[in-house]
Amino acid sequence: MVKVLIWGSLRSATEGQTEVEVDASNFKELLDQLATLYPGLKPQIERGVSLALDGKIYREAWFAEIGPDSEVVLMPYMTGG
Amino acid sequence: MALDSEKKQVFKVVGTRPARPDGIDKVTGRAMYGADATAPGMLVGRILRSPHAHAIIRSIDTSAAEALKGVKAVVTSADFGAPEDESIRDVQDNCMARGKALYHGHAVAAVAANSAVVASQALKLIKVDYQILPHVTDVDEAMRPGAPVVQADRAFENVAAGFSENVTSQCEFGHGDLEAGFAKADKVIERSFTTAATHQGYIEPHACLASMTPDGKGDLWCCTQGQFHVRTVCAEIMGMDASQLRVTASEIGGGFGGKTTVFIEPVALALSRKSGRPVKIVMTRDEVFKATGPTVSSSMDVKIGMTKDGRITAAQARLRYQAGAFPSETVTYGAQSAFAAYDLKAVETIGWNVLTNRPKEAAYRAPGAPMAIYAVESVVDELCQELSLDPLDVRLKNAADKGTKSSYGPTFEAIGLRATLEAAKAHPHYTAPLGVNQGRGLSCGFWFNFGGNTCVSLNINTDGTVGITEGNPDIGGSRASISQMAAEELGIPYEKVRTIIADTNSLGYNDVTDGSRVTFSVGLATIEAARNAIKVMCGRVAKIWGIDEDAVIWEDGCAKPSGPNAGSFDPMSIEEIAAISANTGGPIAGHFEVNADGAGVSFGVHLADVEVDPETGATKVVRYTVFQDAGKAVHPDYVEGQMQGGAVQGIGWALNEEYIYGKNGLLQNPGFLDYRIPVASDLPDIETVILEIPNPGHPYGVRGVGETPIVPPLAALSNAVSRAIGRRMFELPMSPPKLLKAMSQKR
Repeated sequence: MVKVLIWGSLRSATEGQTEVEVDASNFKELLDQLATLYPGLKPQIERGVSLALDGKIYREAWFAEIGPDSEVVLMPYMTGG
Repeated sequence: MALDSEKKQVFKVVGTRPARPDGIDKVTGRAMYGADATAPGMLVGRILRSPHAHAIIRSIDTSAAEALKGVKAVVTSADFGAPEDESIRDVQDNCMARGKALYHGHAVAAVAANSAVVASQALKLIKVDYQILPHVTDVDEAMRPGAPVVQADRAFENVAAGFSENVTSQCEFGHGDLEAGFAKADKVIERSFTTAATHQGYIEPHACLASMTPDGKGDLWCCTQGQFHVRTVCAEIMGMDASQLRVTASEIGGGFGGKTTVFIEPVALALSRKSGRPVKIVMTRDEVFKATGPTVSSSMDVKIGMTKDGRITAAQARLRYQAGAFPSETVTYGAQSAFAAYDLKAVETIGWNVLTNRPKEAAYRAPGAPMAIYAVESVVDELCQELSLDPLDVRLKNAADKGTKSSYGPTFEAIGLRATLEAAKAHPHYTAPLGVNQGRGLSCGFWFNFGGNTCVSLNINTDGTVGITEGNPDIGGSRASISQMAAEELGIPYEKVRTIIADTNSLGYNDVTDGSRVTFSVGLATIEAARNAIKVMCGRVAKIWGIDEDAVIWEDGCAKPSGPNAGSFDPMSIEEIAAISANTGGPIAGHFEVNADGAGVSFGVHLADVEVDPETGATKVVRYTVFQDAGKAVHPDYVEGQMQGGAVQGIGWALNEEYIYGKNGLLQNPGFLDYRIPVASDLPDIETVILEIPNPGHPYGVRGVGETPIVPPLAALSNAVSRAIGRRMFELPMSPPKLLKAMSQKR
């Protein structure tokens, strides 16, 4: 199980929690698990999310590996100028 | 995919300042910009725009225009379909209003004619029946229940109750116990701020040439930051397969984020399809201001607590961004960036994006960050004044560092903030004496930086020179930097490499040139492509020598035997290997395709000295220094240029630039005479100090540098002006009338 920190405005979809646990070994599994366990997150996941793994931000990499001790932070999908 | 193998820290080509490859073309006028494209039988396209801020389009009668001699096609929203993807539908509806004109300047119809004169006459013959609606252009007014609704049913599921329908999204970030944090503070300051919408101000207006053939093929030449994105959007809007629409990017006369989307390209394609002729559209400056994206304007509240010795105990921000007539997520970047420079135990940022009757916001360098950080850095500066603390020492005391849990969630890897702050403190600028009516301000800045989808083809020509094909328009010197990285890796002179920008049918998909991504991710792909080409060359030499591939190494542009069992052979140069490539297996090339991650965040610190004229309220920037972590500066001239350019744009944002709307909702200043950007005579030499803290996610340590420099100037200038006039400023721009008013209130 990995702990996933989500940003505050998604709390309404996770029963008020800003940290949830899911069984996932990569980014895609994590997204699938989150959408299954917390259907309220699905609209945001479909709009786009990024993932910070141990401080490194991944925007789309489904197969980015998540270790059991990884720091995992869900972030909005990022763009720039 | 993060690519951080085979790190290199000693360089021969990277870090030098070779001549820019586009220099001669640009200074002699030979460079081909968007408006320079021509085609046989080409028509001129012109767009009719709404004279109202908000109006239902009851009907459009184009019959008289169509009957005018020389007019070949007229299009309205009826000539476009309804793309399934909501974001693309928004782009289409921004290019051509559907049902309602949502802002002053919104396109409602377009014509293609034999000449510009005829096209302009035809526009006057189009009869649009409008039903004028109440409008709203101010963000705070737009949020209130009962405000005119710009678009109904566009709010995301996470927006709290109590707002008007114009509030389309809400975000919240942070951690820790705010109440306990504020209780520990010796001083708490809470202030409200506003910033105006500003335009990216690129000198080249949007321009394109579209050519559709009767069998459904299309060619599009345009000035853009991303030809592949243009293809995706236009193919979807036009109902075409991507393979049948080839998009070629012209040279680009500035973009700064504003050319990451489309405004006229689908219109030109539709006119060309209808007329059967190529159609060129070139925006006027008036159209650029009215109908292309400025950045958001904002209204913000910031509250920060600090101990007497300068430790921040808690920090809170509320950000309200207006993004024009279509939903946007820019406030999320502001909310994440606001406190990124600080190591905080208790922090909370909440943001809202809001619809108004203004043009659809487009990205502008570090979108969303400059205004949020302006508000935060202004309050930090005021706390320093109130507590008689040195503003640099306070920032050093609270600086985020490796291992800091950032205000937006992740723990930072190696970052360069502390190094930039220490460089600023050690710089003579920080302690230089100030004159009468002068003040000094400073600010930190931050941006995330990104990598993204990238595709590079590197070909070894038969004479041993190298051609590189990449897919990102060169808006900041990337052709030079990419050639340098290839030359470095291959061990050959820079002059032996030429990099070109490919059209969409010549290379795999590349993301838009944004997020300060190109030198990082295209550079990374180029290095890996070069390594792949080297592997091919070493393999062929191994066969010639009859030894294992592992026994051949690449050094200084040559294959050499290596190891005790390799034998003794004279090195083979890249020229020698290339010359016999036909005999050894055919053309030699290296390719690399990646969705790059690991770009590494970027920090900068700016110091600004200003002098405010008490008689006129005019502010003169008398000294300005930029300190920024570039990871590794591949071509320092270009890095310095980014740092200087960002500072200058930020100075304009802070002092003069603003979209001014009248009570009628119409834009009052759509031109460079009334929308005043800084010119050379307004500015001192912008001094630059490049720090190089290698990014662990790149083989050469490169970080993006293009966006961070526009973040600090807003607060640096506001803090300097506030100290110069002895009164704290809370509104941008600090134009002369506002400063005169502030100074008179002081007296």
